[in-house]
Amino acid sequence: MSNYPLISLAIWTPILVGLAVLATGSDRNAPLARMLALAGAIVGLLVTIPLWTGFDVSSAGMQFVELRAWIPGFNINYHLGVDGISMLFVLLNSFITIIVVLAGWEVIQQKVAQYNAAFLIMSGLMNGIFTSLDGILFYVFFEASLIPMYLIIGVWGGPNRVYAALKFFLYTLFGSLLFLLALMYLFIQSGGSFSILDWHKLPIALGSQIWLFLAFLIAFAVKVPMWPVHTWLPDAHVEAPTGGSIVLAAIALKLGAYGFLRFSLPITPDASHELSGLVIALSLIAVVYIGFVALVQSDMKKLVAYSSIAHMGFVTLGFFMFSAMGIEGALVQMVSHGFVSGAMFFCIGVMYDRVHSRQIADYGGVVNTMPKFAALFMLFSMANAGLPATSGFVGEFMVILAAVKFNFWVAFAAATSLIVGAAYTLWMYKRVIFGDVANHHVAELSDINNREFLILGVLAICTLWMGLYPEPFTEVMHASVNDLLRHVAISKIQ
Amino acid sequence: MFDNFVVPNLLPAAPELFLAAMALFILLVDLVVKDGRRTVIYGLTQLTLLTLIVWRGIPYFRAIFLEQPDAFEALSQITYTFSNMFVIDMMGDLLKLILYMAMSVVLAYSRAYLIEREVMNKGEYYVLALFATLGMMVMISANHFVTIYLGLELLSLALYAMVAMNRDSVASTEAAMKYFVLGALASGLLLYGMSMIYGATGTLEITAVAERLFGGGANRTLLVFGLVFLVSGLAFKLGVVPFHMWIPDVYHGAPTSVTLLIGSAPKLAAFAIVMRLLVSGLFVMVADWQNMLIILSVLSMAVGNLAAIAQTNLKRMLAYSAISHMGFMLLGITTGVVSGDAGNLLNAYSASMFYVIAYVVMTTGAFGMILLMSRAGFEADAIDDFKGLNKRSPWFAAIMLMLMFSMAGVPFFIGFFAKFSVLQAVVAAGYMWLALVAVFFSLIGAFYYLRVVKVMYFDAPVDETPLVAGTNMRLLISANGLAVALLGMFPQVIMSVCAYALLRSL
Repeated sequence: MSNYPLISLAIWTPILVGLAVLATGSDRNAPLARMLALAGAIVGLLVTIPLWTGFDVSSAGMQFVELRAWIPGFNINYHLGVDGISMLFVLLNSFITIIVVLAGWEVIQQKVAQYNAAFLIMSGLMNGIFTSLDGILFYVFFEASLIPMYLIIGVWGGPNRVYAALKFFLYTLFGSLLFLLALMYLFIQSGGSFSILDWHKLPIALGSQIWLFLAFLIAFAVKVPMWPVHTWLPDAHVEAPTGGSIVLAAIALKLGAYGFLRFSLPITPDASHELSGLVIALSLIAVVYIGFVALVQSDMKKLVAYSSIAHMGFVTLGFFMFSAMGIEGALVQMVSHGFVSGAMFFCIGVMYDRVHSRQIADYGGVVNTMPKFAALFMLFSMANAGLPATSGFVGEFMVILAAVKFNFWVAFAAATSLIVGAAYTLWMYKRVIFGDVANHHVAELSDINNREFLILGVLAICTLWMGLYPEPFTEVMHASVNDLLRHVAISKIQ
Repeated sequence: MFDNFVVPNLLPAAPELFLAAMALFILLVDLVVKDGRRTVIYGLTQLTLLTLIVWRGIPYFRAIFLEQPDAFEALSQITYTFSNMFVIDMMGDLLKLILYMAMSVVLAYSRAYLIEREVMNKGEYYVLALFATLGMMVMISANHFVTIYLGLELLSLALYAMVAMNRDSVASTEAAMKYFVLGALASGLLLYGMSMIYGATGTLEITAVAERLFGGGANRTLLVFGLVFLVSGLAFKLGVVPFHMWIPDVYHGAPTSVTLLIGSAPKLAAFAIVMRLLVSGLFVMVADWQNMLIILSVLSMAVGNLAAIAQTNLKRMLAYSAISHMGFMLLGITTGVVSGDAGNLLNAYSASMFYVIAYVVMTTGAFGMILLMSRAGFEADAIDDFKGLNKRSPWFAAIMLMLMFSMAGVPFFIGFFAKFSVLQAVVAAGYMWLALVAVFFSLIGAFYYLRVVKVMYFDAPVDETPLVAGTNMRLLISANGLAVALLGMFPQVIMSVCAYALLRSL
């Protein structure tokens, strides 16, 4: 099985199908564009399934490796592979792509081909990010994925889309340019290699490690996003179309967190230990402060956007406690957040498509007209609040457990987020769904159709599955996470 | 009487001689061709350039794609002729090959634009373009101060005339005057610098200057003064701050087809004379001129990128972008020697050479897009003219998108690898602060390129007229856009050819 270039297929299938979708051209061919995009997304997921079924859970090394020379002049290689950390995200990404194509099925009536193509191309590029083992290849995918997202926000977004798109692009570019310099510095230090795996073994003095770590931190903190460089996210989310929000929350935010595990921790372990206090502090601010910020939002999308920042705070917190429990909890939280935040944004999209408002104040008593929707929305709200038996609980619980071992007060601060998280999510749910029918818009609402039910149903199954039986997800991580921790424990200063 | 006269070896200069002969021939043919039949002139001009492309391209094709060692060997020869005033080496040969291609594409883009503007569609236009090409070729192959000056003036005089060709336009005339006066000043600076170096070394021949300087004993004060004037003159020709004033006005005022010409191919020649004068000639003073170039480079990136933000005219914006790009390109040349160690030399110079080539490919496409959008009586040179292009023509909007992202240095486009290789050279030289400055201004630069994309994709069109460009133009500009993407995915060939060419020429 591993003889086939499976990862290349996972990257290039969506991109090539995306180009084909682009070729269908004008909106006269919109049905064709949609069908082609859906087919491409499904094939894109199917080619990634062997990555999971054929995955050797006992091995911590890279699997399904592909290695070809790309730019020999700079020793840049087309080097791909997955380990227990990255494999799940390739699947998650390919899965979310299907959801996104379906989510835009009826709503998007303008430039349908370009819309679907942008998502497919972005999906392929993001698979590339998760699987690159060459620094420059990673960077190329990392930055190229900005282009489709910029267009998605700017073309199909809300009223303030131009500002949001530009802010998104420039913020991320700022981080990634420093990251590029760090890569070049490592290239020189390692005597001419861009291989991430070589860099993992490279001894680096503490001073250099700290600079590298800071460069990585800026790049990934913007992407995660961590407080205080998070301000682009609420803007981007609010203005992006539903599909864009889903991809942003479910996948794009994971890229930054993934970067910490692939670059920061293994390449600069000593600096990571040295500066872990900083990252933990920033994470706790995100968890607690941003949680309170979410509480006061009047726009549902903004509320979920802030809750995403808080949830990602848990992820970075989990990483920098250097325990298997913490890192695995954070990884579970990432996957779970992919399902839950995607579903939350989709739910808001469902209401927005009908009422054209995201203001909580414009709703009330939705349960009276949309009972099926209200039930599913309830599940995802609970998952967002971290209710046991949903996927949201598992990750947060593991991270808090790791935090208790690490430092009681850190755990205490992190645990308050369970209360705040429940407060803002459920309060929003109460105001939107319960009560009497607020106005004639709500009275005229029609319940979700089969397509919407299918999307939410599948996401609900995933959420419950991860919540009740997380074993299949965690077992693939064990070997790689333990290997990572062993590696991080060894000083690289010589 | 002619005993002392030895016929020089004409073979190395054969392409130049061929081009000169063709230019004169076309000038003659133009006398008998009526105004409505300019196609003949255009055809002959293109034939000349295509002949050169095929003629000089075949050895490269054999060397790179057929991997024939004898072809490599033949290309790697360095030959001097005309009493060492003229040199043919692989760097020059390669730059010239790209020059022919660039000129051929430039003229093809200009074709429709010129036909719609009868006042410029004269035979002279094409002849002047060929003489400009000849001037650039002479500059590229110069091994003598006078040869450089000769080539430079041949290029400049042709360009002055071309800028002024649209006689009825006040803006064009003003641009031509400015260009002429400032160009003359720059030539003066260059000549003054050359004369001082002649005073210090007693020779005008570039390789001989280098030998004398290695020998030592030259008057250093005189040399440094000469160097300052020389660098000023070069900076003017490259269009870097603080000698950039002419760029925005000339780019803006000149007819777009001429702007396209000025903005693309001459950068190759300017790069070549920088290499000839500073690297081949005054290498002993590398520490001095590197510092000068660092200042020029940082200022150019700052002024170019900041001023470009404020522009509403696309030609003007691209002019400031050209300033910043040339600043970025100079970065590579500034990092060749670090505290006496020339280990980074090849890496740094080939990065700059790759940057120039990439820049020419991108800028040709960008100005080509303006020409594509222009119609009779309508210059599509305001950024707002691109509003809603995605609605009018998704394909060309996508091409422009690729060009803009490439200029901003976003992968997978060639502009990224151009920036990457220069930055890599800077980091390898240990100038981390310089790399940070470059990266910072690149970020600012991204803003105005993104604005063009924004206008095309996010705004509604004001002008619903379909594009009227002919099939040739459409195909060519599509090829240009795709080249930016394909060379971005596979930059290795050009990168390694640049490195090899410099290895064999320095």
